[in-house]
Amino acid sequence: MSLNTVAKAGAPGRAPAGRRASRLGRSNPDGIWPVVFVLPLFLGVAVFYLFPIIQTAYFSFTTWGVFGGSTFTGLENYSKLATDPQVGRALLNTLIYTVVVLAGVPIAVGLASLVNRPGLRFSKTYRTMFFLPYVAMPVAISMVWRMIYNGDFGVLNYFLSLFGILGPHWVSTDGLALISVALLGLWISIGFNMIILSAGLKGIPVELYEAASIDGASRFRQFRQITVPLLTPSIFFVMVITIINGFQLFDLLYTLLGTTNPAMARSQSLVYLFYNESFIQNDKGYGAAIAILVLVLVGIFTAVQFRFQRRWVNYV
Amino acid sequence: MSELTVGRTRPKARKIVRRDGSHALAHTVLIIGSIIMIFPFAWQIIMSLSTNSQVMSIPPTFWPGDLQWKNFADVFTVMPFMSQFWVSITITVVRVLGQVVLCSMAGYAFARMRFSFKGVVLGLILAILMVPSQVFLIPQYQIVQNLGWLNTSAGIIAPGIFSAFGTFMMRQFFLGLPLELEEAARLDGCNPFQTFWRIMLPLAKPGLSALAIITVLWSWNDLLWPLVVTTYAQNMPLSAGLATLQGQNATNYPVLMAASLLASAPVLILFLAMQRRVIDGIAFSGMK
Repeated sequence: MSLNTVAKAGAPGRAPAGRRASRLGRSNPDGIWPVVFVLPLFLGVAVFYLFPIIQTAYFSFTTWGVFGGSTFTGLENYSKLATDPQVGRALLNTLIYTVVVLAGVPIAVGLASLVNRPGLRFSKTYRTMFFLPYVAMPVAISMVWRMIYNGDFGVLNYFLSLFGILGPHWVSTDGLALISVALLGLWISIGFNMIILSAGLKGIPVELYEAASIDGASRFRQFRQITVPLLTPSIFFVMVITIINGFQLFDLLYTLLGTTNPAMARSQSLVYLFYNESFIQNDKGYGAAIAILVLVLVGIFTAVQFRFQRRWVNYV
Repeated sequence: MSELTVGRTRPKARKIVRRDGSHALAHTVLIIGSIIMIFPFAWQIIMSLSTNSQVMSIPPTFWPGDLQWKNFADVFTVMPFMSQFWVSITITVVRVLGQVVLCSMAGYAFARMRFSFKGVVLGLILAILMVPSQVFLIPQYQIVQNLGWLNTSAGIIAPGIFSAFGTFMMRQFFLGLPLELEEAARLDGCNPFQTFWRIMLPLAKPGLSALAIITVLWSWNDLLWPLVVTTYAQNMPLSAGLATLQGQNATNYPVLMAASLLASAPVLILFLAMQRRVIDGIAFSGMK
């Protein structure tokens, strides 16, 4: 709680104007200390993150031999990328997954506003239970869901059969397998989204609700006209995170479907395709091109989102 | 906690706002939601204590009768559980320590110190936050390979000690701390390191614990990187170990459930024991 206020106070990251030293002469009043503090981290970041970006970009123009060694082949990987039906499929799958998980955002908004009602009992217990899936190991949780989804003896199909519905083979049917993964992703994301949205809800002044209440506004109207508009910055943040995570889909797919699943070929995500091409097929040049594609796509999506946020996000 | 304090300190406000009806509908929705969240965990426990034929029975066996504790003992024979457990512990502890030290120092420097190229260096580090992790993966793999660190904990650990996100988070945290204390410390003759170590770091404990919690969750649960750098079961952490076990041993369901339960238990217990800290930590990291 105190964290939130501190975080907000810290958000505008500006040094006091008077402290800026002149460029010439005393530009380093802290002496050697900044180097001591920053260099260890920066070296690691440079070696493991910054330089690899350039390397991957370079690799994407090379072809790797079976026995190591690589040759520069120009745009070959990219022309393969453009014609490979797997890539289009993986891109579409990644988008479908992301859209389904995004559908969880309104659900999380509703649940967060319920959990944060003043005076609601057991609210902490509810929050704990909703958050549990986010904390649990994705591999472990996918293994459990694989059992729940099982087409022959899974408990989900048993529950459906109680309503006279004949359940399908969830994780081994083309098309459906991806939806099963996405529903699992949605189930995991609810708790995290609720936490972020709850922090946003706490920032809405109680007085607004009091005034609305006195004016006779119903709870639903208060939710629609106070909660949702004032929560848009948090909703936006949660959506950005959901899309970024959606593009990273790997763990759930890998474990829920399994590598030998016949439905995998038509359900794989971009990251799974990247993993498969780079480390299983050992075609690292092509893998690098896929990674660059993901980088460009994530960049475009994030830029578009920030561009359109002005239309609907209210910063107070 | 905060909504409780709000309720307590504003009794009048609550009366006005909440006179209309009870929370019955809210409780109904939240209870149904909670059941959906909890059921898979309960089902996991039940399956882990059943026989294989009970797991595969139609209709499902909701209570196994004789509890098959043997399934948990079998976990240790179907997979090198203990060595994988130690790999998980090692990589998590080292990454947390590494990140806490490196990110808090760098974060402090970015928040409070003045030096040349500060903006550029910070900009480079923040740019990484925008880049999906696959872009780093092939070169990282090569580095680890060249160091001869494939199939070692060192190889799994290495890239994850350095965190752009953690650095940014700590910077934001230090920016939020009052300047006066530091100025007083400097006037008293502390050098920047002493100011950081004696004055600022103790104040940064909430930020450090948030960073530690996020790192524990990520490190314990991460799959892709360990899968890439390890090929032998005994060198894998539990996440990769479980995924591999499922591939090889796909039909011994109760033992798979027992193994998955044991593997995720440490973080689940940690979460239940320190709920408030974990939730505050996640919320803080989200606020940035």
